[in-house]
Amino acid sequence: MSRKDIISKFEPVKDNMLNILHELQNSNPNNYLTTEDLKLVADYLNTSQSSVYGVVKYYSMFSVKPKGKYVIRVCKSPLCSMIDGNNLLDHIKQNIGIGLGETTDDQMFSLEASECLGHCAEAPVMMINDGVYKDLDSDKIKNIFQNIKLNH
Amino acid sequence: MALENRIALKNAQKYNPVKIEEYLKIGGYENVKKALKMDPVNIVDLVIDAKLRGRGGAGYSAGQKKRFTSEAICDRCIQKYIICNADEGEPGTFKDRIILEQDPHVLIEGMIIAAHAIGATKGFIYIRGEYTDSIHILRIAINQAKEKGFLGKNIFNSGFDLDIEIKLGAGSYLCGEELTLLESLEGKRGYPRIKPPFPAEKGLFGMPTLINNVETFAHVPYIIEHGADKYRSVGTPNSPGTKIFTISGDVVKPGYYETALGLSLRDLIFDFAGGIKDGKKFKAAILGGAAGTFVDESVLDTQMGYDTLKEKGAVLGSGAIMVMSEERSIFDMTHSILKFFKHESCGKCVPCRVGTAQLMLMMDKVKNHPNGRKQLLNDMLLEAEYMAKTSLCPLGQSPIIPIRSLKQYFENQF
Repeated sequence: MSRKDIISKFEPVKDNMLNILHELQNSNPNNYLTTEDLKLVADYLNTSQSSVYGVVKYYSMFSVKPKGKYVIRVCKSPLCSMIDGNNLLDHIKQNIGIGLGETTDDQMFSLEASECLGHCAEAPVMMINDGVYKDLDSDKIKNIFQNIKLNH
Repeated sequence: MALENRIALKNAQKYNPVKIEEYLKIGGYENVKKALKMDPVNIVDLVIDAKLRGRGGAGYSAGQKKRFTSEAICDRCIQKYIICNADEGEPGTFKDRIILEQDPHVLIEGMIIAAHAIGATKGFIYIRGEYTDSIHILRIAINQAKEKGFLGKNIFNSGFDLDIEIKLGAGSYLCGEELTLLESLEGKRGYPRIKPPFPAEKGLFGMPTLINNVETFAHVPYIIEHGADKYRSVGTPNSPGTKIFTISGDVVKPGYYETALGLSLRDLIFDFAGGIKDGKKFKAAILGGAAGTFVDESVLDTQMGYDTLKEKGAVLGSGAIMVMSEERSIFDMTHSILKFFKHESCGKCVPCRVGTAQLMLMMDKVKNHPNGRKQLLNDMLLEAEYMAKTSLCPLGQSPIIPIRSLKQYFENQF
Protein backbone atom coordinates (compact mmCIF):
# COMPACT_ATOMS: atom_id res chain seq x y z
CA MET A 1 0.00 0.00 0.00
CA SER A 2 1.38 3.44 -0.88
CA ARG A 3 1.89 6.11 1.77
CA LYS A 4 -0.99 8.11 0.32
CA ASP A 5 -3.33 5.12 0.46
CA ILE A 6 -2.47 4.58 4.11
CA ILE A 7 -3.17 8.18 5.00
CA SER A 8 -6.41 8.39 3.09
CA LYS A 9 -7.92 5.60 5.21
CA PHE A 10 -8.21 8.24 7.94
CA GLU A 11 -10.40 11.30 8.11
CA PRO A 12 -8.27 14.42 7.67
CA VAL A 13 -8.72 15.66 11.25
CA LYS A 14 -5.87 16.50 13.57
CA ASP A 15 -6.92 14.04 16.27
CA ASN A 16 -5.99 11.25 13.87
CA MET A 17 -2.35 12.39 13.98
CA LEU A 18 -1.00 9.65 16.27
CA ASN A 19 -2.95 6.85 14.60
CA ILE A 20 -1.68 7.94 11.17
CA LEU A 21 1.92 8.21 12.38
CA HIS A 22 1.71 4.71 13.88
CA GLU A 23 0.47 3.21 10.59
CA LEU A 24 3.07 4.98 8.49
CA GLN A 25 5.87 3.91 10.80
CA ASN A 26 4.65 0.31 10.95
CA SER A 27 4.51 0.09 7.18
CA ASN A 28 8.16 1.15 6.85
CA PRO A 29 10.51 -1.87 6.90
CA ASN A 30 12.93 0.20 8.96
CA ASN A 31 10.26 1.27 11.47
CA TYR A 32 10.69 5.02 11.15
CA LEU A 33 9.07 8.14 9.76
CA THR A 34 10.77 9.82 6.83
CA THR A 35 10.85 13.57 6.15
CA GLU A 36 8.55 12.81 3.27
CA ASP A 37 6.08 11.14 5.68
CA LEU A 38 6.03 14.18 7.95
CA LYS A 39 5.37 16.47 5.00
CA LEU A 40 2.58 14.21 3.78
CA VAL A 41 0.93 14.19 7.22
CA ALA A 42 1.30 17.96 7.61
CA ASP A 43 -0.36 18.59 4.23
CA TYR A 44 -3.12 16.07 4.89
CA LEU A 45 -3.99 17.47 8.32
CA ASN A 46 -3.52 21.06 7.20
CA THR A 47 -0.86 21.83 9.76
CA SER A 48 2.81 22.76 9.67
CA GLN A 49 5.59 20.26 9.17
CA SER A 50 7.26 21.56 12.32
CA SER A 51 4.23 20.79 14.45
CA VAL A 52 4.14 17.22 13.13
CA TYR A 53 7.86 16.95 13.85
CA GLY A 54 7.22 18.28 17.37
CA VAL A 55 4.66 15.56 18.00
CA VAL A 56 6.89 12.83 16.59
CA LYS A 57 9.84 13.89 18.75
CA TYR A 58 7.73 13.96 21.92
CA TYR A 59 6.58 10.34 21.82
CA SER A 60 9.16 7.65 22.48
CA MET A 61 7.53 5.11 20.15
CA PHE A 62 8.15 7.28 17.07
CA SER A 63 11.50 7.60 15.34
CA VAL A 64 12.83 9.84 12.57
CA LYS A 65 15.91 7.66 12.17
CA PRO A 66 15.95 4.25 10.47
CA LYS A 67 15.77 1.32 12.86
CA GLY A 68 16.17 -2.41 12.52
CA LYS A 69 13.51 -4.67 11.08
CA TYR A 70 13.01 -5.98 14.61
CA VAL A 71 12.68 -3.36 17.33
CA ILE A 72 13.36 -4.80 20.77
CA ARG A 73 11.89 -2.95 23.74
CA VAL A 74 13.27 -4.12 27.05
CA CYS A 75 11.13 -3.28 30.07
CA LYS A 76 13.16 -1.16 32.48
CA SER A 77 10.36 -0.54 34.95
CA PRO A 78 11.26 -0.54 38.66
CA LEU A 79 9.78 -4.03 38.99
CA CYS A 80 11.49 -5.66 35.99
CA SER A 81 14.75 -3.96 37.01
CA MET A 82 14.44 -5.39 40.50
CA ILE A 83 13.80 -8.93 39.27
CA ASP A 84 16.34 -8.82 36.47
CA GLY A 85 19.16 -6.43 37.34
CA ASN A 86 20.96 -5.84 34.05
CA ASN A 87 21.10 -9.48 33.01
CA LEU A 88 18.60 -9.13 30.21
CA LEU A 89 20.63 -6.46 28.43
CA ASP A 90 23.80 -8.51 28.82
CA HIS A 91 22.17 -11.62 27.38
CA ILE A 92 20.76 -9.69 24.45
CA LYS A 93 24.18 -8.18 23.77
CA GLN A 94 25.71 -11.67 23.74
CA ASN A 95 23.21 -12.72 21.10
CA ILE A 96 23.05 -9.75 18.75
CA GLY A 97 26.03 -7.67 19.82
CA ILE A 98 24.35 -4.34 20.47
CA GLY A 99 23.57 -2.24 23.53
CA LEU A 100 20.76 0.18 24.33
CA GLY A 101 20.03 2.71 21.63
CA GLU A 102 21.97 0.82 18.97
CA THR A 103 21.06 -0.87 15.68
CA THR A 104 22.92 -3.82 14.18
CA ASP A 105 24.97 -3.11 11.05
CA ASP A 106 22.73 -5.36 8.95
CA GLN A 107 19.69 -3.32 10.10
CA MET A 108 18.07 -6.42 11.56
CA PHE A 109 17.75 -5.38 15.21
CA SER A 110 17.40 -2.20 17.26
CA LEU A 111 17.52 -2.26 21.05
CA GLU A 112 15.58 0.20 23.18
CA ALA A 113 14.51 0.56 26.80
CA SER A 114 10.83 0.92 27.59
CA GLU A 115 8.91 1.91 30.70
CA CYS A 116 6.54 -0.60 32.31
CA LEU A 117 5.08 -2.90 29.64
CA GLY A 118 2.31 -4.12 31.95
CA HIS A 119 3.39 -7.75 32.27
CA CYS A 120 4.75 -7.43 35.79
CA ALA A 121 3.62 -10.88 36.92
CA GLU A 122 5.83 -12.37 34.20
CA ALA A 123 8.95 -10.26 34.75
CA PRO A 124 11.39 -9.74 33.21
CA VAL A 125 9.80 -9.01 29.85
CA MET A 126 10.56 -7.46 26.49
CA MET A 127 8.71 -6.77 23.28
CA ILE A 128 9.98 -7.50 19.78
CA ASN A 129 7.81 -5.50 17.37
CA ASP A 130 4.23 -6.50 18.36
CA GLY A 131 5.07 -9.61 20.38
CA VAL A 132 5.62 -9.81 24.14
CA TYR A 133 8.23 -12.23 25.53
CA LYS A 134 7.87 -13.10 29.22
CA ASP A 135 9.71 -14.74 32.12
CA LEU A 136 12.98 -14.29 30.26
CA ASP A 137 16.26 -15.97 31.08
CA SER A 138 19.45 -16.55 29.10
CA ASP A 139 18.18 -19.74 27.42
CA LYS A 140 14.89 -18.22 26.35
CA ILE A 141 16.63 -15.19 24.93
CA LYS A 142 19.04 -17.38 22.99
CA ASN A 143 16.13 -19.36 21.50
CA ILE A 144 14.16 -16.27 20.59
CA PHE A 145 17.01 -14.78 18.59
CA GLN A 146 17.97 -18.09 17.01
CA ASN A 147 14.40 -18.50 15.78
CA ILE A 148 14.24 -15.00 14.38
CA LYS A 149 17.54 -15.44 12.55
CA LEU A 150 16.46 -18.84 11.20
CA ASN A 151 13.12 -17.61 9.94
CA HIS A 152 14.47 -14.47 8.44
CA MET B 1 -8.96 -18.65 52.79
CA ALA B 2 -10.30 -15.45 51.30
CA LEU B 3 -11.99 -15.77 47.92
CA GLU B 4 -11.95 -13.65 44.81
CA ASN B 5 -15.04 -11.57 44.22
CA ARG B 6 -15.40 -10.59 40.60
CA ILE B 7 -17.33 -7.60 39.32
CA ALA B 8 -15.08 -6.00 36.67
CA LEU B 9 -13.85 -9.46 35.65
CA LYS B 10 -17.19 -11.24 36.06
CA ASN B 11 -17.21 -12.44 32.43
CA ALA B 12 -13.48 -13.03 32.09
CA GLN B 13 -12.69 -16.45 30.59
CA LYS B 14 -16.41 -17.13 30.18
CA TYR B 15 -16.43 -16.28 26.49
CA ASN B 16 -14.04 -15.85 23.62
CA PRO B 17 -13.41 -12.08 23.55
CA VAL B 18 -13.37 -11.95 19.75
CA LYS B 19 -16.74 -13.73 19.42
CA ILE B 20 -19.64 -11.49 20.33
CA GLU B 21 -22.12 -14.33 19.75
CA GLU B 22 -20.65 -16.18 22.71
CA TYR B 23 -20.94 -13.05 24.81
CA LEU B 24 -24.60 -12.62 23.88
CA LYS B 25 -25.29 -16.18 25.04
CA ILE B 26 -24.16 -15.27 28.56
CA GLY B 27 -26.37 -12.21 28.76
CA GLY B 28 -24.19 -9.69 26.93
CA TYR B 29 -25.64 -6.20 26.31
CA GLU B 30 -28.76 -6.90 28.39
CA ASN B 31 -27.65 -4.20 30.85
CA VAL B 32 -27.29 -1.72 28.00
CA LYS B 33 -30.82 -2.52 26.86
CA LYS B 34 -32.04 -1.97 30.42
CA ALA B 35 -30.07 1.26 30.93
CA LEU B 36 -31.22 2.83 27.67
CA LYS B 37 -34.81 2.57 28.94
CA MET B 38 -33.85 4.46 32.10
CA ASP B 39 -33.89 8.21 32.56
CA PRO B 40 -30.27 9.48 32.33
CA VAL B 41 -30.65 11.36 35.64
CA ASN B 42 -31.55 8.11 37.35
CA ILE B 43 -28.41 6.41 36.07
CA VAL B 44 -26.26 9.21 37.46
CA ASP B 45 -28.10 8.96 40.79
CA LEU B 46 -27.64 5.20 40.83
CA VAL B 47 -23.88 5.46 40.33
CA ILE B 48 -23.65 8.13 43.05
CA ASP B 49 -25.74 5.95 45.34
CA ALA B 50 -23.44 2.99 44.65
CA LYS B 51 -20.50 5.18 45.77
CA LEU B 52 -18.40 3.94 42.88
CA ARG B 53 -14.96 5.53 43.09
CA GLY B 54 -12.64 5.97 40.10
CA ARG B 55 -10.41 2.92 39.78
CA GLY B 56 -7.62 4.72 37.92
CA GLY B 57 -5.81 5.80 41.05
CA ALA B 58 -7.28 9.03 42.39
CA GLY B 59 -10.44 7.39 43.76
CA TYR B 60 -12.72 10.32 42.95
CA SER B 61 -16.48 9.69 42.96
CA ALA B 62 -17.39 8.35 39.51
CA GLY B 63 -21.02 9.42 40.00
CA GLN B 64 -20.13 13.04 40.79
CA LYS B 65 -17.95 13.15 37.70
CA LYS B 66 -20.95 12.00 35.66
CA ARG B 67 -23.20 14.56 37.31
CA PHE B 68 -20.83 17.45 36.60
CA THR B 69 -20.48 16.39 32.98
CA SER B 70 -24.20 15.84 32.48
CA GLU B 71 -25.02 19.24 33.99
CA ALA B 72 -22.29 21.15 32.15
CA ILE B 73 -23.79 24.06 30.29
CA CYS B 74 -21.93 26.34 27.94
CA ASP B 75 -22.71 28.53 24.96
CA ARG B 76 -21.24 26.39 22.25
CA CYS B 77 -21.54 22.88 23.65
CA ILE B 78 -22.53 21.22 20.44
CA GLN B 79 -21.10 17.91 21.54
CA LYS B 80 -20.29 16.03 24.72
CA TYR B 81 -17.62 13.37 24.75
CA ILE B 82 -16.99 10.21 26.67
CA ILE B 83 -13.44 8.94 26.93
CA CYS B 84 -12.01 5.76 28.33
CA ASN B 85 -8.52 6.11 29.74
CA ALA B 86 -6.78 2.88 28.76
CA ASP B 87 -3.31 4.42 28.87
CA GLU B 88 -2.24 2.11 31.64
CA GLY B 89 1.40 2.90 32.39
CA GLU B 90 1.76 2.99 36.16
CA PRO B 91 4.61 0.60 37.00
CA GLY B 92 3.34 -2.64 38.48
CA THR B 93 -0.17 -2.18 37.05
CA PHE B 94 -1.82 -4.36 34.42
CA LYS B 95 -5.46 -4.64 35.50
CA ASP B 96 -6.82 -2.72 32.50
CA ARG B 97 -4.92 -4.95 30.12
CA ILE B 98 -6.59 -7.99 31.67
CA ILE B 99 -10.06 -6.46 31.20
CA LEU B 100 -9.28 -5.39 27.62
CA GLU B 101 -7.89 -8.80 26.66
CA GLN B 102 -10.50 -10.92 28.39
CA ASP B 103 -13.72 -8.91 28.38
CA PRO B 104 -13.61 -5.95 25.97
CA HIS B 105 -17.41 -5.87 25.78
CA VAL B 106 -17.90 -5.02 29.44
CA LEU B 107 -15.95 -1.82 28.74
CA ILE B 108 -18.02 -1.01 25.66
CA GLU B 109 -21.21 -1.64 27.67
CA GLY B 110 -20.02 0.58 30.50
CA MET B 111 -19.21 3.34 28.04
CA ILE B 112 -22.59 3.15 26.28
CA ILE B 113 -24.43 3.34 29.62
CA ALA B 114 -22.29 6.23 30.89
CA ALA B 115 -22.62 8.05 27.55
CA HIS B 116 -26.40 7.78 27.75
CA ALA B 117 -26.28 9.08 31.33
CA ILE B 118 -24.39 12.25 30.40
CA GLY B 119 -25.73 12.72 26.86
CA ALA B 120 -22.50 12.05 24.95
CA THR B 121 -22.74 10.71 21.42
CA LYS B 122 -19.08 10.38 20.60
CA GLY B 123 -16.59 8.24 22.49
CA PHE B 124 -12.91 7.48 22.36
CA ILE B 125 -10.78 4.81 23.93
CA TYR B 126 -7.24 6.12 24.38
CA ILE B 127 -5.01 3.09 24.70
CA ARG B 128 -1.26 2.90 25.05
CA GLY B 129 0.54 1.93 21.85
CA GLU B 130 2.49 -0.89 23.51
CA TYR B 131 -0.69 -2.86 24.32
CA THR B 132 -0.76 -4.50 20.89
CA ASP B 133 -2.88 -7.50 21.92
CA SER B 134 -5.43 -5.34 23.72
CA ILE B 135 -5.68 -3.01 20.71
CA HIS B 136 -6.24 -5.95 18.37
CA ILE B 137 -8.97 -7.50 20.53
CA LEU B 138 -10.68 -4.18 21.21
CA ARG B 139 -10.80 -3.34 17.49
CA ILE B 140 -12.56 -6.63 16.74
CA ALA B 141 -14.97 -6.15 19.67
CA ILE B 142 -15.93 -2.63 18.58
CA ASN B 143 -16.48 -3.75 14.97
CA GLN B 144 -18.65 -6.65 16.12
CA ALA B 145 -20.66 -4.36 18.40
CA LYS B 146 -21.19 -2.01 15.45
CA GLU B 147 -22.33 -4.86 13.22
CA LYS B 148 -24.87 -5.88 15.85
CA GLY B 149 -26.15 -2.31 16.12
CA PHE B 150 -24.97 -1.87 19.73
CA LEU B 151 -22.88 1.07 18.57
CA GLY B 152 -23.96 3.57 15.95
CA LYS B 153 -27.40 5.10 15.40
CA ASN B 154 -30.53 4.43 17.41
CA ILE B 155 -29.11 1.74 19.70
CA PHE B 156 -31.83 -0.78 20.73
CA ASN B 157 -34.41 1.55 19.16
CA SER B 158 -33.89 4.00 22.01
CA GLY B 159 -33.10 6.95 19.78
CA PHE B 160 -29.68 7.13 21.40
CA ASP B 161 -26.55 7.25 19.17
CA LEU B 162 -22.96 6.52 20.11
CA ASP B 163 -19.79 5.99 18.10
CA ILE B 164 -16.58 4.76 19.72
CA GLU B 165 -13.14 5.16 18.16
CA ILE B 166 -9.78 3.84 19.31
CA LYS B 167 -6.90 6.32 19.65
CA LEU B 168 -3.37 5.11 20.21
CA GLY B 169 -0.82 6.55 22.59
CA ALA B 170 2.83 6.35 21.69
CA GLY B 171 4.94 5.75 24.77
CA SER B 172 4.26 8.60 27.18
CA TYR B 173 3.35 7.82 30.81
CA LEU B 174 2.16 11.36 31.31
CA CYS B 175 -0.63 10.92 28.75
CA GLY B 176 -2.40 8.72 31.31
CA GLU B 177 -3.10 11.93 33.24
CA GLU B 178 -6.55 12.97 32.09
CA LEU B 179 -5.85 16.51 30.90
CA THR B 180 -2.64 15.48 29.15
CA LEU B 181 -4.56 12.62 27.58
CA LEU B 182 -6.89 15.19 26.04
CA GLU B 183 -3.98 17.09 24.50
CA SER B 184 -2.58 13.87 23.07
CA LEU B 185 -5.97 12.79 21.78
CA GLU B 186 -6.26 16.10 19.97
CA GLY B 187 -3.08 15.16 18.10
CA LYS B 188 -0.60 17.27 20.05
CA ARG B 189 2.45 16.78 22.23
CA GLY B 190 1.51 15.35 25.61
CA TYR B 191 1.85 18.52 27.66
CA PRO B 192 -0.44 18.93 30.68
CA ARG B 193 -3.18 21.54 30.79
CA ILE B 194 -3.70 23.86 33.71
CA LYS B 195 -6.81 23.05 35.73
CA PRO B 196 -9.41 24.25 36.30
CA PRO B 197 -11.26 24.06 34.00
CA PHE B 198 -11.88 20.37 34.57
CA PRO B 199 -12.84 18.07 31.69
CA ALA B 200 -16.47 17.98 32.86
CA GLU B 201 -16.64 21.65 31.90
CA LYS B 202 -14.04 22.03 29.15
CA GLY B 203 -12.52 18.78 27.97
CA LEU B 204 -11.85 17.43 24.51
CA PHE B 205 -11.96 20.25 21.92
CA GLY B 206 -13.25 22.49 24.72
CA MET B 207 -16.43 20.44 25.16
CA PRO B 208 -17.79 18.77 28.33
CA THR B 209 -16.07 15.41 28.61
CA LEU B 210 -16.30 12.44 30.93
CA ILE B 211 -13.05 10.52 31.35
CA ASN B 212 -13.01 7.28 33.28
CA ASN B 213 -10.57 4.45 33.67
CA VAL B 214 -11.23 1.04 32.06
CA GLU B 215 -11.91 -0.63 35.40
CA THR B 216 -14.32 2.13 36.46
CA PHE B 217 -16.44 1.65 33.32
CA ALA B 218 -16.35 -2.12 33.86
CA HIS B 219 -18.24 -1.68 37.15
CA VAL B 220 -21.14 0.24 35.62
CA PRO B 221 -23.03 -2.65 33.93
CA TYR B 222 -23.00 -4.57 37.23
CA ILE B 223 -24.49 -1.58 39.07
CA ILE B 224 -27.25 -1.33 36.44
CA GLU B 225 -27.98 -5.04 36.74
CA HIS B 226 -27.91 -5.43 40.52
CA GLY B 227 -28.57 -1.95 41.90
CA ALA B 228 -26.66 0.28 44.28
CA ASP B 229 -27.51 -1.60 47.50
CA LYS B 230 -26.09 -4.86 46.24
CA TYR B 231 -22.97 -3.08 45.01
CA ARG B 232 -22.43 -1.36 48.33
CA SER B 233 -22.91 -4.64 50.20
CA VAL B 234 -19.44 -5.61 48.97
CA GLY B 235 -16.36 -3.81 50.27
CA THR B 236 -16.25 -1.21 53.04
CA PRO B 237 -18.62 1.72 53.68
CA ASN B 238 -16.21 4.28 52.21
CA SER B 239 -14.70 2.00 49.60
CA PRO B 240 -17.51 -0.17 48.27
CA GLY B 241 -17.17 -2.77 45.58
CA THR B 242 -14.18 -4.69 44.37
CA LYS B 243 -10.74 -3.87 43.07
CA ILE B 244 -8.37 -5.72 40.82
CA PHE B 245 -5.01 -5.99 42.54
CA THR B 246 -1.96 -6.78 40.44
CA ILE B 247 0.64 -8.44 42.63
CA SER B 248 4.20 -8.74 41.36
CA GLY B 249 7.74 -9.17 42.62
CA ASP B 250 8.98 -11.69 45.16
CA VAL B 251 5.80 -13.69 45.65
CA VAL B 252 5.03 -17.33 44.87
CA LYS B 253 2.03 -16.62 42.63
CA PRO B 254 2.29 -13.18 41.04
CA GLY B 255 -0.82 -12.21 39.07
CA TYR B 256 -4.14 -10.36 39.16
CA TYR B 257 -6.77 -10.91 41.84
CA GLU B 258 -10.12 -9.12 42.01
CA THR B 259 -11.35 -9.00 45.59
CA ALA B 260 -13.73 -7.01 47.73
CA LEU B 261 -12.14 -3.86 49.09
CA GLY B 262 -11.39 -4.18 52.78
CA LEU B 263 -9.33 -7.35 52.78
CA SER B 264 -5.96 -6.96 54.40
CA LEU B 265 -2.67 -6.58 52.58
CA ARG B 266 -1.64 -9.81 54.32
CA ASP B 267 -4.58 -11.66 52.72
CA LEU B 268 -3.47 -10.49 49.30
CA ILE B 269 0.24 -11.18 49.61
CA PHE B 270 0.25 -14.30 51.77
CA ASP B 271 -3.07 -15.88 50.81
CA PHE B 272 -3.77 -15.03 47.16
CA ALA B 273 -0.19 -14.60 46.02
CA GLY B 274 1.10 -17.49 48.12
CA GLY B 275 3.55 -15.54 50.29
CA ILE B 276 7.18 -14.65 49.72
CA LYS B 277 9.17 -16.74 47.25
CA ASP B 278 11.88 -19.18 48.29
CA GLY B 279 10.94 -19.06 51.99
CA LYS B 280 12.32 -15.55 52.38
CA LYS B 281 10.95 -12.87 54.65
CA PHE B 282 8.76 -9.93 53.67
CA LYS B 283 10.56 -6.59 53.61
CA ALA B 284 8.36 -4.06 51.84
CA ALA B 285 5.49 -3.62 49.43
CA ILE B 286 4.98 -0.68 47.13
CA LEU B 287 1.29 0.08 46.85
CA GLY B 288 -0.13 1.93 43.87
CA GLY B 289 2.86 1.99 41.52
CA ALA B 290 5.70 4.47 41.18
CA ALA B 291 3.39 7.24 42.32
CA GLY B 292 2.63 4.99 45.27
CA THR B 293 3.86 4.27 48.77
CA PHE B 294 6.40 1.98 50.39
CA VAL B 295 4.99 0.15 53.42
CA ASP B 296 6.54 -2.28 55.89
CA GLU B 297 5.06 -5.24 57.77
CA SER B 298 3.21 -2.95 60.21
CA VAL B 299 0.71 -2.25 57.40
CA LEU B 300 0.07 -5.91 56.53
CA ASP B 301 -3.09 -6.06 58.62
CA THR B 302 -4.56 -2.80 57.38
CA GLN B 303 -7.74 -3.00 55.33
CA MET B 304 -7.20 -2.28 51.65
CA GLY B 305 -9.49 0.72 51.16
CA TYR B 306 -9.02 4.30 49.98
CA ASP B 307 -9.44 5.85 53.43
CA THR B 308 -8.02 3.10 55.65
CA LEU B 309 -4.73 3.19 53.76
CA LYS B 310 -4.69 6.98 53.83
CA GLU B 311 -4.76 6.88 57.62
CA LYS B 312 -1.52 4.88 57.44
CA GLY B 313 0.09 7.34 55.05
CA ALA B 314 -0.33 4.87 52.20
CA VAL B 315 -2.36 4.84 48.98
CA LEU B 316 -4.43 2.27 47.14
CA GLY B 317 -3.75 3.97 43.81
CA SER B 318 -4.02 1.75 40.76
CA GLY B 319 -4.10 -1.45 42.82
CA ALA B 320 -0.49 -2.35 42.05
CA ILE B 321 1.30 -4.26 44.81
CA MET B 322 5.02 -4.74 44.19
CA VAL B 323 6.49 -7.01 46.82
CA MET B 324 10.12 -6.95 47.97
CA SER B 325 11.76 -9.74 49.97
CA GLU B 326 14.35 -9.19 52.66
CA GLU B 327 17.14 -9.44 50.09
CA ARG B 328 16.05 -6.44 48.03
CA SER B 329 17.41 -2.97 48.40
CA ILE B 330 15.11 -0.08 49.22
CA PHE B 331 17.73 2.24 47.71
CA ASP B 332 17.79 0.44 44.37
CA MET B 333 14.01 0.46 44.16
CA THR B 334 13.77 4.15 45.07
CA HIS B 335 16.46 4.90 42.51
CA SER B 336 14.48 3.10 39.77
CA ILE B 337 11.34 4.98 40.71
CA LEU B 338 13.02 8.38 40.67
CA LYS B 339 14.72 7.55 37.39
CA PHE B 340 11.31 6.75 35.99
CA PHE B 341 9.92 10.16 37.03
CA LYS B 342 12.92 11.94 35.55
CA HIS B 343 12.49 10.10 32.28
CA GLU B 344 8.75 10.77 32.06
CA SER B 345 8.82 14.43 33.12
CA CYS B 346 7.69 16.34 30.03
CA GLY B 347 9.80 19.42 30.75
CA LYS B 348 6.99 21.95 30.41
CA CYS B 349 7.22 23.29 33.96
CA VAL B 350 10.49 24.06 35.75
CA PRO B 351 9.81 22.54 39.20
CA CYS B 352 9.22 19.09 37.74
CA ARG B 353 11.91 19.25 35.07
CA VAL B 354 14.61 20.37 37.51
CA GLY B 355 13.19 18.64 40.57
CA THR B 356 13.03 15.14 39.11
CA ALA B 357 16.70 15.49 38.06
CA GLN B 358 17.72 16.81 41.49
CA LEU B 359 15.99 13.93 43.25
CA MET B 360 17.90 11.48 41.06
CA LEU B 361 21.22 13.14 41.94
CA MET B 362 20.42 12.97 45.64
CA MET B 363 19.47 9.33 45.36
CA ASP B 364 22.74 8.62 43.51
CA LYS B 365 24.54 10.06 46.52
CA VAL B 366 22.47 7.99 48.93
CA LYS B 367 23.39 4.85 47.02
CA ASN B 368 27.08 5.60 46.74
CA HIS B 369 27.93 7.31 50.02
CA PRO B 370 27.15 5.73 53.38
CA ASN B 371 27.46 9.05 55.22
CA GLY B 372 24.81 11.70 55.55
CA ARG B 373 21.96 9.60 54.23
CA LYS B 374 19.46 10.79 56.81
CA GLN B 375 20.14 14.40 55.84
CA LEU B 376 19.76 13.50 52.17
CA LEU B 377 16.41 11.88 52.85
CA ASN B 378 15.25 15.10 54.51
CA ASP B 379 16.58 17.13 51.59
CA MET B 380 14.73 14.90 49.15
CA LEU B 381 11.55 15.31 51.15
CA LEU B 382 11.88 19.09 51.05
CA GLU B 383 12.63 19.11 47.33
CA ALA B 384 9.65 16.85 46.63
CA GLU B 385 7.43 19.11 48.73
CA TYR B 386 8.45 22.16 46.67
CA MET B 387 7.69 20.18 43.55
CA ALA B 388 4.31 19.05 44.84
CA LYS B 389 3.33 22.64 45.60
CA THR B 390 4.55 24.21 42.38
CA SER B 391 4.31 21.65 39.57
CA LEU B 392 1.59 21.88 36.96
CA CYS B 393 0.40 18.33 36.88
CA PRO B 394 0.28 15.09 38.88
CA LEU B 395 3.69 13.93 37.64
CA GLY B 396 5.61 16.63 39.50
CA GLN B 397 3.25 16.18 42.43
CA SER B 398 3.98 12.45 42.64
CA PRO B 399 7.56 11.95 43.91
CA ILE B 400 6.53 13.23 47.34
CA ILE B 401 4.25 10.19 47.70
CA PRO B 402 6.95 7.46 47.76
CA ILE B 403 9.52 9.72 49.48
CA ARG B 404 7.21 10.61 52.35
CA SER B 405 6.45 6.93 52.85
CA LEU B 406 10.17 6.14 52.94
CA LYS B 407 10.58 8.70 55.71
CA GLN B 408 7.65 7.13 57.58
CA TYR B 409 8.51 3.46 57.20
CA PHE B 410 12.14 3.07 56.18
CA GLU B 411 14.03 5.98 57.71
CA ASN B 412 16.10 3.46 59.70
CA GLN B 413 17.58 2.18 56.42
CA PHE B 414 19.07 5.58 55.64
